[in-house]
Amino acid sequence: MNFRTFAAFVGPSVFMMLLFIAFPLVSVFKQSFYVTQPIYETVEKETCTPGFLTQTCVTEQVSQPMLDDHGEIITQTQYVGLQSYRNVLEPERAWRAISDGSWHVLSTINFWKALRFTLTFTLITLPLVVGCGLGIAILINNAAKTIRGPVIFVSLLPFIITPVIGVLSINWLFRGDGILTAMMEWWLNRDIALFAQAWTIELLMMLYRVWHVAPFAAIIFYAGLQTVNQDSLESAVIDGATRWQRLKYIVIPHLMPLIIFVAMIHLMDSYRVFEEIVGFSSQGYVISLQWLTFDYLTPDQAGNRSISRASANSMLTMIGVVILLILPLRRTWRDHKGGH
Amino acid sequence: MKLKTILMAGAMSIAASGAWAACSFENDVPLKSLSAGFEAWKAVTDAMAECGNFSASLDQEFREKQPEAFAADPALYQIGGVSNATLVPLLNAGTIRPLDDLVEKYGQDLLPNQLIKVDGKTMAIAMMVNAQHLMYRDDVLAELGIEEPKSYADVLAAAAKIKEAGVMDYPIGGTFKTGWNLGQEFVNMYLGEGGAFFGDGNMPAINNEQGVAALETLKAMTEFMDPEYLVSDSTYVQQQFQQGKIAMANLWASRAAAMNDETESQVVGKVTMAAAPMGSALPATTIWWDGIVLASNISDEEADAAFRVALEGMDSDTVSANNDVAVWLSPAYSAGALAAGAAASAEGGAKAYPASSPMGIMHTSLGNGLADYLTGAKDAQTTLADIEADYITAAKEAGLISN
Repeated sequence: MNFRTFAAFVGPSVFMMLLFIAFPLVSVFKQSFYVTQPIYETVEKETCTPGFLTQTCVTEQVSQPMLDDHGEIITQTQYVGLQSYRNVLEPERAWRAISDGSWHVLSTINFWKALRFTLTFTLITLPLVVGCGLGIAILINNAAKTIRGPVIFVSLLPFIITPVIGVLSINWLFRGDGILTAMMEWWLNRDIALFAQAWTIELLMMLYRVWHVAPFAAIIFYAGLQTVNQDSLESAVIDGATRWQRLKYIVIPHLMPLIIFVAMIHLMDSYRVFEEIVGFSSQGYVISLQWLTFDYLTPDQAGNRSISRASANSMLTMIGVVILLILPLRRTWRDHKGGH
Repeated sequence: MKLKTILMAGAMSIAASGAWAACSFENDVPLKSLSAGFEAWKAVTDAMAECGNFSASLDQEFREKQPEAFAADPALYQIGGVSNATLVPLLNAGTIRPLDDLVEKYGQDLLPNQLIKVDGKTMAIAMMVNAQHLMYRDDVLAELGIEEPKSYADVLAAAAKIKEAGVMDYPIGGTFKTGWNLGQEFVNMYLGEGGAFFGDGNMPAINNEQGVAALETLKAMTEFMDPEYLVSDSTYVQQQFQQGKIAMANLWASRAAAMNDETESQVVGKVTMAAAPMGSALPATTIWWDGIVLASNISDEEADAAFRVALEGMDSDTVSANNDVAVWLSPAYSAGALAAGAAASAEGGAKAYPASSPMGIMHTSLGNGLADYLTGAKDAQTTLADIEADYITAAKEAGLISN
């Protein structure tokens, strides 16, 4: 293929990637080093609020942004270096907590609290998703041909459900006297409050995530199972290998590249855990890094939002994903090089 | 914002209906409004639509859209629905217009009370007030011989009695959902203790005796609340009441009518509306209002039509037809038993919510930071100090505190 043809084919997607991935990334990166703020002036202002029958008026000093001739708010943008990162990480407080050996204090600082949960969530759900996915794939593979279609359809259902809706259904099933909590209460004959402490909420979140993502892993593994070398399997049977040995020595090594692929996708996705926090409204107990970015970005009722901290936090989240991906990526890289 | 639930996030649009039978004039200027989506707004915008050429967006996330939509030129909406807190960003950005000339022209029927004046200029027309106040089950309290609770000490004592008598496991309900709701509970308590939020130069000033007292009262209440209180919003508390699970709560006046809704409630006629319980200084609540504003970036003809349509929306017909939906500010409103709680709180000297730019940040910091105290992760002083630190970081970033 000559260069012109190559460029014509690749050009549009390179352009799209630059526009929708690279450019926003650079812009966020830049914003994390700058702070843009309105210039405030202090003025004396009288405001009146309706009471019953009469109004109450108060005169007080208030800060209000200055407006230019066109009625736009005057803003100034300042280079602040790593200040926004410091605001997010709170290194002094974190370091004090660590040197006191106080895990407890460290886990009350937003970023570290979020990081702790995000990592636990990611690393615990990873093996469960791969394991369950493999289990479902083998189940489908062994199902009789006639019912295979319906079985695939049913096992894919959780993956099709919109995440927020899925989380909310779990929330309503278990919250307060939800159906399932009521059932558990009746069965165990005691009062159960699943949303009253962190660990039960985390457990429900992981349960939901595995339920939601395992079908995706399953469908990938199922595709991989179709290409397992039947000859090796048959010779293994002749050699007297048990089902478990066949799985361990033939099927899993064959599926390894797919397992790495699923693991990488899952690491990337679950490190950005978000729907679970919002759907369970768990921010009193459990928060995640992605939720923290969202929280910084949400304007309060007076319209303030922390764009710089949000940018810094999302850069940190991205760095986290990259670090997590280094291990599986190195392995793929080695396999790739070894294969040639 | 009180009804804010994630499911309701999507905008509900009401297309203008062709009929304008109930409207006194025929509107020929296309108009749009953006407001919150609770019952009172639905009633008001429905009435506006009767004038024709009008469409309303009732959106629970309106406060995120409003500042941008009003800053556009021409503004994307002519009419905005605001509360005393969401008025602040519009006022700051100068995107809403003074209404004095329009009031003079068309506002003969408005009560002086409805004109929201900032520096002498009418910037908004209020249509209703809202406040959290005590609602209690008079049948339960009367049976146990408990008087109407006047202070939080009374509330706690009553709760202990109800629990002891085995009537209810969790006699108190509260809008303690982490975030805006929980922040609001602290604001109520802290003002009830007579505290002030800010010192000079927007510096925070909540780490004091009043702050600790407010926190301790909140925590004492959680002892008598369903353990899942950190996810409990207004709708949840309302349902707890309707299902007879709780006996007392400091709940929004706009929820009062739901207690007597026979299709939902099992406690019709059993819930009494009373003043918000007293803190050490004042009733522990804040007074809010909801009303309309008009955008600056629209033509004077549009503003003229928009004002007339808006007044049609909140006229006496609407108010009498929806009397119990809200505590209306209108001569046509007959204040019944449902409004007694809000009125008594105001008479007791309850303060208006101290809306301002720094208060917006403070409210968020409070909402996010208080849970650590209630779950026992931090003591009161550390919690307040951490909230102040969080506030300072955010306020510096917003430019409200100089470095």
